[in-house]
Amino acid sequence: MASIDRTKGQDIFNIFNVIFMVALMLVTLYPLLYVVFASFSDAGRFLAHSGMLWRPLGFSGLAYERAFQHPSIMSGYGNTIIIVVIGTILSVMVTAIGAYFLSRKNVLFQRPIAFLIMFTMFFSGGLIPTYFVVKNFLGGVLYDSLWALIVPTMVSTYNLVVMRSGFAAIPDSLEESARIDGAGHLTILFKIVLPLAKATVAVIVLYYGVAYWNAWFNASIYINDNAKYPLQLVLRQILLINDTNNMTFGVDAGDQMAISETIKYAVIVIATLPILCVYPFLQKYFVKGVMIGAVKG
Amino acid sequence: MATQTVHAAAKGSKLSSAGKILASDMKRNYSLYLLMIPVLLFYFIFMYRPMYGAIIAFKDFNPADGIWNSPNVGLDNFRKFWDSMYRNRIFFNTLKISFSTLIFGFPAPIILALLINELRSKIFTKSVQTITYLPHFISLVVVCGMIKDFTTETGIINDIIKVFGGTPTTMLNNPRYFVPIYVISDIWQGIGWGSIIYLAALSGIDAELYEAARIDGAGRWRQTLSITIPSIIPTIITMLLLRVGQMMNIGYEKIILLYNPLTYETADVISSFVYREGLQNFQYSYSTAVGLLNSVINFILVFGANMMSKKFNDTSLW
Repeated sequence: MASIDRTKGQDIFNIFNVIFMVALMLVTLYPLLYVVFASFSDAGRFLAHSGMLWRPLGFSGLAYERAFQHPSIMSGYGNTIIIVVIGTILSVMVTAIGAYFLSRKNVLFQRPIAFLIMFTMFFSGGLIPTYFVVKNFLGGVLYDSLWALIVPTMVSTYNLVVMRSGFAAIPDSLEESARIDGAGHLTILFKIVLPLAKATVAVIVLYYGVAYWNAWFNASIYINDNAKYPLQLVLRQILLINDTNNMTFGVDAGDQMAISETIKYAVIVIATLPILCVYPFLQKYFVKGVMIGAVKG
Repeated sequence: MATQTVHAAAKGSKLSSAGKILASDMKRNYSLYLLMIPVLLFYFIFMYRPMYGAIIAFKDFNPADGIWNSPNVGLDNFRKFWDSMYRNRIFFNTLKISFSTLIFGFPAPIILALLINELRSKIFTKSVQTITYLPHFISLVVVCGMIKDFTTETGIINDIIKVFGGTPTTMLNNPRYFVPIYVISDIWQGIGWGSIIYLAALSGIDAELYEAARIDGAGRWRQTLSITIPSIIPTIITMLLLRVGQMMNIGYEKIILLYNPLTYETADVISSFVYREGLQNFQYSYSTAVGLLNSVINFILVFGANMMSKKFNDTSLW
């Protein structure tokens, strides 16, 4: 069937399209490959090298050895895992309740509460007043605590709306029959709605998980104690504020600059690899999330 | 006896019938309201309490006196900003970065989606998608760290520039390069992910339309112009309006990871200015005033975008 409309012009287009796509894949992947190659390179040779890198220069695991010695990388990993796990569980539960509430029809205060929630998508008090809520108003509980990295960002209204769309797609009849059997809201939410909206819940779990994993800004303003830094803030310290002193200890002064370069790349690999390893398996859920978000109800 | 009370209430004033509705709603839904307490607490404490706190924009806020007891200064903080040299700079920079990402960053995923749609091999299509979605999952801190390393004087980008006869410079210290670096890295990270929504719209096009066009003798280019593009126009308009609504709302995170005092003249936007003045220079009331001004502008833009969307698509964005 394709042969009917196949013309020379289309063949040329197809060839260029494929070439363009290959180029795009290269441009996307090469920076990442460069980081991996650099991280395994011999520090001295890497410093002397100029231009593209197509394989590690020499082979050295020293940068990784040094990176793992950095006390904050391990503690940062630990903190981030705590935040991601606890934060995601809390966020998904609270968001599910909110989404369930918003998808109800026969609830007296549904409209005003929905308005209060939706209004926050249009208007916010701003950075400084929010900062003072965490620092002063709730300072005793939140300030300089990992909770400050979870509670203030616990509900994302966008995720709430996505989840509501997912819940709204469940046929009313199922809930109706449960209610006739005497089921309360708690039972309907946990025994009927959540199991039926599994795909939506998976999407929301991933969205929150990634958001908690990537967050660094709140930690930079609410956390003083280095031992409580999440991984991303440690990375900012190392990658953007150039603090590799902790890891170049014991290296000759002349080699310090060289090794600190390869250490940075090793740190990037250590911090990014877990996400990139699981991503291909979760891709379909993320894609689904974009679709659900697109048909907001 | 209970029935009698109900009857009595029904005969009573409007107030008591409202009371009856309330009572029956509470009876039916009290467990739901109980469940909602954490959600409502979250919104009141972290969304509405800051809105109340924003009144420090009209005060000379001093944390020791608290929000209410700090002295009123009327519009002084707004006037100070209006008269300051930063007013034009941060508004202009915000608009410039917004427009640049809009002009270059907005069409990129659409074009990518159209091209992916023309690919014939399933496996190849899947590879293109998997790879181009990938950078979306790299954290912003890591992306900015890579940008910083790649653009130093000895970084790979300067190595390439040298090959073409340019002089290497630390690009992040040069105000001229800030916007291009910001926009290009944005496209690199977002093009694949951004294309998903358009691919979804493309996959929803009825195959019979193409069949009919082919019978009428339309080539592939003709089909693209007459079927494919018109079919995704609603999605494009929706996404465009969303973007326009966010025009004055550039996040500070990427900016403050990449900028430094040498590049403030092109890199400093409203949100980064608020962050710096408020949390680094402790000008709480002043920066809140600037932030509030920005929130009001955003509100108008988002609201306007929403109205427009309703008009064009019969769907509201939210």
